[in-house]
Amino acid sequence: MGQTDNPVLLSIRGLRIEGRSDETWSEIVKGVDLTLRRGEVLGLIGESGAGKSTIGLAAMGFARDGCRISGGTIDFDGIDLRTAPMAECRALRGKRIAYVAQSAAASFNPAHRLIDQYSEGPVQHGVMSRDQAEHDAKELYRRMHLPTPDEIGFRYPHQVSGGQLQRAMTAMAMACRPDLIIFDEPTTALDVTTQIEVLASIRDIVDQFGTAAIYITHDLAVVAQMADSIKVLLHGEEVEEADTRTMLSHPQEAYTKSLWAVRSLERPEQPPAGPDEVPVVSVRNVTAAYGAVPVLKDVSFDIHSRRTVAVVGESGSGKSTAARVITGLLPPLSGTVMFEGQELPKDYRNRSKDQLRQAQMIYQMADTALNPKHKIREIIGRSVQFYLGLQGRQLTERVRQLLDLIELEPDQFIDRLPSELSGGQKQRIGIARALAAEPRFIICDEVTSALDQLVAEGILKLLNRLQAEFNLAYMFITHDLATVRAIADEVVVMKEGVVVEQGGKTEMFRPPHDPYTELLLSSVPEMDPDWLDRLLAERAAGGAGAGVKSADN
Amino acid sequence: MVNSIWLMIAQRLGLGLVTLFVISLLIFGAVELLPGDIAQEMLGQSATPETVAAFRRELGLDLPAHERYLNWLGGVVQGDFGNSLANGRPITDLIAGRLGNTLFLALYAAAIAVPLALVLGILAALYRNSWFDRAINVFTLSSISFPEFFVAYILIFYLAQSGLFPSIAKITPDATLGEKLYRTFLPALTLTLVVTAHMMRMTRAAIINLLASPYIEMARLKGMSPGRIIVKHALPNALAPIINVVALNLAYLITGVVVVEVVFVYPGLGQLMVDSVSKRDITVVQAASLIFACAYVLLNLTADVLSTLSNPRLVHKR
Repeated sequence: MGQTDNPVLLSIRGLRIEGRSDETWSEIVKGVDLTLRRGEVLGLIGESGAGKSTIGLAAMGFARDGCRISGGTIDFDGIDLRTAPMAECRALRGKRIAYVAQSAAASFNPAHRLIDQYSEGPVQHGVMSRDQAEHDAKELYRRMHLPTPDEIGFRYPHQVSGGQLQRAMTAMAMACRPDLIIFDEPTTALDVTTQIEVLASIRDIVDQFGTAAIYITHDLAVVAQMADSIKVLLHGEEVEEADTRTMLSHPQEAYTKSLWAVRSLERPEQPPAGPDEVPVVSVRNVTAAYGAVPVLKDVSFDIHSRRTVAVVGESGSGKSTAARVITGLLPPLSGTVMFEGQELPKDYRNRSKDQLRQAQMIYQMADTALNPKHKIREIIGRSVQFYLGLQGRQLTERVRQLLDLIELEPDQFIDRLPSELSGGQKQRIGIARALAAEPRFIICDEVTSALDQLVAEGILKLLNRLQAEFNLAYMFITHDLATVRAIADEVVVMKEGVVVEQGGKTEMFRPPHDPYTELLLSSVPEMDPDWLDRLLAERAAGGAGAGVKSADN
Repeated sequence: MVNSIWLMIAQRLGLGLVTLFVISLLIFGAVELLPGDIAQEMLGQSATPETVAAFRRELGLDLPAHERYLNWLGGVVQGDFGNSLANGRPITDLIAGRLGNTLFLALYAAAIAVPLALVLGILAALYRNSWFDRAINVFTLSSISFPEFFVAYILIFYLAQSGLFPSIAKITPDATLGEKLYRTFLPALTLTLVVTAHMMRMTRAAIINLLASPYIEMARLKGMSPGRIIVKHALPNALAPIINVVALNLAYLITGVVVVEVVFVYPGLGQLMVDSVSKRDITVVQAASLIFACAYVLLNLTADVLSTLSNPRLVHKR
């Protein structure tokens, strides 16, 4: 971190950005200052709506459609990007300032090969010829530790995995050897095990070329590994800025402290169920497939009343498929699902209304799981009416009770549409809808992964409270081990359709582990800025988790 | 991979044959429903019932419907459409020249309309919501909103009255290509005006639809010019809907040009079909209908194959 003497590369003063909604402009960035020296990495952190991405794009002189930069100056190496002509800004973008987007899968053009997209920048900006660019691409792919670097560029985006795409995108950003790269949540969409490799490659290459970077994320532990200093944002304003170590050890502002505190939410493990207690749900030797592709192989686990079983694993491990088998959406090839000792029909169509009522589901994307044309009254009321047959006054009364339960004021919310709710409130409505059926068992499928940490914490606390109140059994699908700490009693670790390890939470977090569990556990970023270095050193030395390669390579 | 494309084409061809079979049934049924028959039509009102019946026997019209259908289908499968009921000439001869004329005019119009529509669509997307965009939209929409004969007469009024182009598209088999192009310019221009709007608006819409995609934002952040973004980044992903609309319009150019042929006295297949309907020359009507159906099936098949080829996800499997 010896960049303090380097010349200033980017200087933003009093930046104001407005966004348009329904014909009115409202400020989303309210006077932010930012200084970045050559070779320095600045972490921008905050919840969604804090204006992180908007500021990152403004550093390229760019505003999304529906946004405008309304005040302040953006000085990039002596050029004022606000007043510079369009052509001059365009000449800078991709050449001297590059961008790495959150979802590489969506940000690569599906119609072109990776190497064509890599070469486009350098060739169009006149930095090098097509042949040189191709040669250079292979070199950078190698440095980004992509497998078969000489050939991978000739694939189309859909032929490459998410983690590899993210590295290919970082390589593409490096193509013209820019002075500054904006990383906009580059690892948020990845599994933890894949994230490590991408983080390591990004840090490596930024070091090698001495590139300055703005690293945008909502994950504190990630930013701790990547940034020299951290700026915390809230509602378009700066909360505080300090160098990474100071920020982590001595946050000054209450908001920053609250962000730091979320990660320590932990629920004590409930005492295990007695040997005679009949589990609410029991999955026994289930094997299932989509067409000819097997996705679950001989999976068994039990879920008891008042207990939460967290099912963890990377994407493609079969966690959500297990939920589909339990709900009867995907009839298994063999094996059974028992409910309180009774075998459930395999297909949901053959289950009685009462059997359906007993198992409810809460979804990851509350946005798409709620009908946008229905008011809250109808969304929750439909479930109450369908399963319990309540009508009229009784129905309204029940919906109001449910809103009380999820801590939303009934008078205020009962006649709103989903679009008039925040992300956390929508998820609460999803919970109320599940509760409306008065079930014994609820499947929570990544219910907090689309939410900010503070909001997610609120949801987890609510779920814990409701469980105790109504003796619910939860199956909690997640890839986030911090969430497991906060909610689970038992953990089931899955990989490629197989349960690799299961047991009580306390025991699971204590070594020795199955090698895959160890890989998962060790891959979760920690708040310690030296964590990534230490982990990479350990793995290089053949230590923890080295025996298992991530699925990404 | 190449094999799976061929497999798909083979499957679609098979399905196309089934479709044509169903269509042949429909055509036959529809023609059966036409009131009156050719014997009555040709012999006039004064004919005695006996002569009409004899004439019908001679043409084979007295056989039950399913036998006539099977006879007809049997001939068609062997490439023999039978003879015209009206003048006894083989239908194959009758249609061959007409079909050639129709295809010539369709190709001529398509050669102007398709590139024009694509270029206008791309420009409209590039300068969206500008004056240029609005002007293009107003112009193409007006030309599609007027009936074809109206457009045709307007063109005749301005371009034929002054002697620039002939108003009667009479072509002889020995005419040179240049001469043919000159003589059929007005009908081709009329058809161009009629089909351009649809294709142009689909091109514009398909491209603009993609402009909010993350990969378009990425291209902008790589400093690419607006024109390059539209042509290199949006257009390749918008090809499937565009190809389908182009195919639909090409089919229309082959099958829907009766009015234009009549206005310009152009000896095409559409005119032959209309004449035959009024003469109750059902064998010719059936043959022409089947050829039109073939054109639709083949063009749609081509569109499907091209849309598939334009999508790397389908061509390059994981």
